[in-house]
Amino acid sequence: MTTSSRQATTPSPETLLEAYRLMKTIRTFEECLSAEFAAERIPGAVHLYTGQEACAVGVCLHLSEDDCIVSTHRGHGHCIAKGMDVGGMMAEVFGRASGVCRGKGGSMHVADLDTGMLGANGIVGAGPPIACGAALAARCKGHSTVAVAFIGDGASNQGSTLESLNLACVWDLPVIFVVEDNGYAETTASSYAIGAESNAARARGFGIPAIEVDGGDFFAMDSAAAEAVARARAGGGPTLLDCKVTRYRGHFEGDAQTYRAEGEVEQARRENDCIRAFVRRVTTTELLEREQLAAIDRRVASVVEDALAAARAAPDPDPTDLMRDVYVSTLGDPK
Amino acid sequence: MTRRLTFRDAVNEALRQEMERDPSVILLGEDIAGGAGAPGARDAWGGIFGVTKGLQPLFPGRVLDTPITESAFVGAAVGAALAGQRPVVELMFNDFMGVCFDPIVNQAAKMRYMLGGRAGVPLVIRTAFGAGFRSAAQHSQSLYALLTHVPGLKCVVPSNATDAKGLLIEAIRDDDPVVFFEHRKLYDLDAEVTEEPYTVPLGRARVVRRGGDLTVVTLGAMVAVALAAATTLAAEGIECEVIDLRTTSPLDEGRILESVHATGRLVVVDEAPPRCGIASDISAIVAERAFASLRAPIARVTAPHCPVPFSPVLEDLYLPNEDDVANAARDVVLIR
Repeated sequence: MTTSSRQATTPSPETLLEAYRLMKTIRTFEECLSAEFAAERIPGAVHLYTGQEACAVGVCLHLSEDDCIVSTHRGHGHCIAKGMDVGGMMAEVFGRASGVCRGKGGSMHVADLDTGMLGANGIVGAGPPIACGAALAARCKGHSTVAVAFIGDGASNQGSTLESLNLACVWDLPVIFVVEDNGYAETTASSYAIGAESNAARARGFGIPAIEVDGGDFFAMDSAAAEAVARARAGGGPTLLDCKVTRYRGHFEGDAQTYRAEGEVEQARRENDCIRAFVRRVTTTELLEREQLAAIDRRVASVVEDALAAARAAPDPDPTDLMRDVYVSTLGDPK
Repeated sequence: MTRRLTFRDAVNEALRQEMERDPSVILLGEDIAGGAGAPGARDAWGGIFGVTKGLQPLFPGRVLDTPITESAFVGAAVGAALAGQRPVVELMFNDFMGVCFDPIVNQAAKMRYMLGGRAGVPLVIRTAFGAGFRSAAQHSQSLYALLTHVPGLKCVVPSNATDAKGLLIEAIRDDDPVVFFEHRKLYDLDAEVTEEPYTVPLGRARVVRRGGDLTVVTLGAMVAVALAAATTLAAEGIECEVIDLRTTSPLDEGRILESVHATGRLVVVDEAPPRCGIASDISAIVAERAFASLRAPIARVTAPHCPVPFSPVLEDLYLPNEDDVANAARDVVLIR
């Protein structure tokens, strides 16, 4: 694996605390969902982000509320990193009326335009064109905001993604493609399905600067994202971050993962956990105190517990919601 | 002020006036200016049918030629709409929706519902359709039924320049995704068009001819075919009420049912194939909701269930014509 060799400016202690809070919130939220799903309390399917936390957080900490992101079916981490309310998300995953999408989207379509989160997406590869459009809109409005498309290694092979790389290049759009290569598109190894040497090499072929990053290293992500976001904001056009990450869970909860090597996940958890690596780094370099982190742990646990309790107790949507919001307006409605 | 304007110029005027009124309106599409990056003239084409000609010089930065990548630029239009613009995309031929079905059907159409009403996708996709140009199977289809099937989309199929301007302005101002189908046969046909901007509501059909013997429901270029048949039939003493749907989604069910209640007979004319099409849909609605008023079986006059052929002889056979409509009407009226 090639790691970004860029010299990072070490983030401030406040930023590091926020990074830890977000990564820990994602991990705790996902572990909570894993248990709830196993207990058959969540309808449908959930695709968990556990293990990939440093990637979403490393990127989103460089974004403002006005910057947009698009996400994937494995989108909870991106949502939390972009600042979505955990309670509204939890209720959404449970399909409740109090969900951020009123229970109409669920885990795979959770979105919140107020925080610039244009949506998790059930269609692999649907996000990059949407991110290009958001970036185009920013330019039309004369804003210096950027758009980020988080995609997986699976989506990296979709025509819509490759077309978007080209469009972003042709229009010089302020968009950042973050490929989270977790090694598997559902069951199929990325080493099998990606014909090119790497997505970074592909991007360079499109004329787009690319950075290969260890997505499990928050500091490497932080540094690569800083460079990409700065380039986009300054009018320098798109960048692709080719991030190697580890997916701890199956494609979805309940996936027996028979296609993985024995002990693969356990080894990754033991040796390469992004949160543990972060803690080791910030404590050995005395950037943060252990007690500061423990305080965040307690806070996060209580936030997620509260969100779960509220979601469980929340009412289902009303039957009249079935036909609500199909259209903004139809004939006869007041405009 | 009203003057004669072609369908093409009426659409152009609607685009220009909305772009003047609302700076968030942007145009995207293949060759919609034409000649991007090329050594020759700017604004070389104005789209393959010249509809957007002259707009790029008026609105610099807001009329964007795209690479031939419908999946990316239709998807980008969805993203731009979510982020506050009002994009009007030109999809050169409606047949090309095959390569951008996802952004239309799974993204634009679903976004508002999936987000619990917390977003809108104010997007217009203008697209040319229709047979009769010896363009064969991949450039001649009439695919509005496919998109009418999808909740969350609105579908507009104007039959004349007057309606086209008002319907397009309405579509651009509408906060939902609208697909605007422009029949190639209509581009050069003119009609009275008011210069000032005006709107025609989506979901209101127009009775283009009054008559008491049977109802003929149709749309797009088939309106003229139905009207020609109605003139012939009138000479035989058969009076058709011809209804131009204008939009297939929303559908003006009330206007159709009202007419069928009065006439008791229905012929639906559509140049698309019959299976799961507009003609079938309207037949089902009338059979369900106006059965007691019907005095004869409903007749559908459509293209056959085959692709559009290239051979001029075969294509002429493919398209419903005035005789097909007149014969269907005579059959329906004969049943007592």
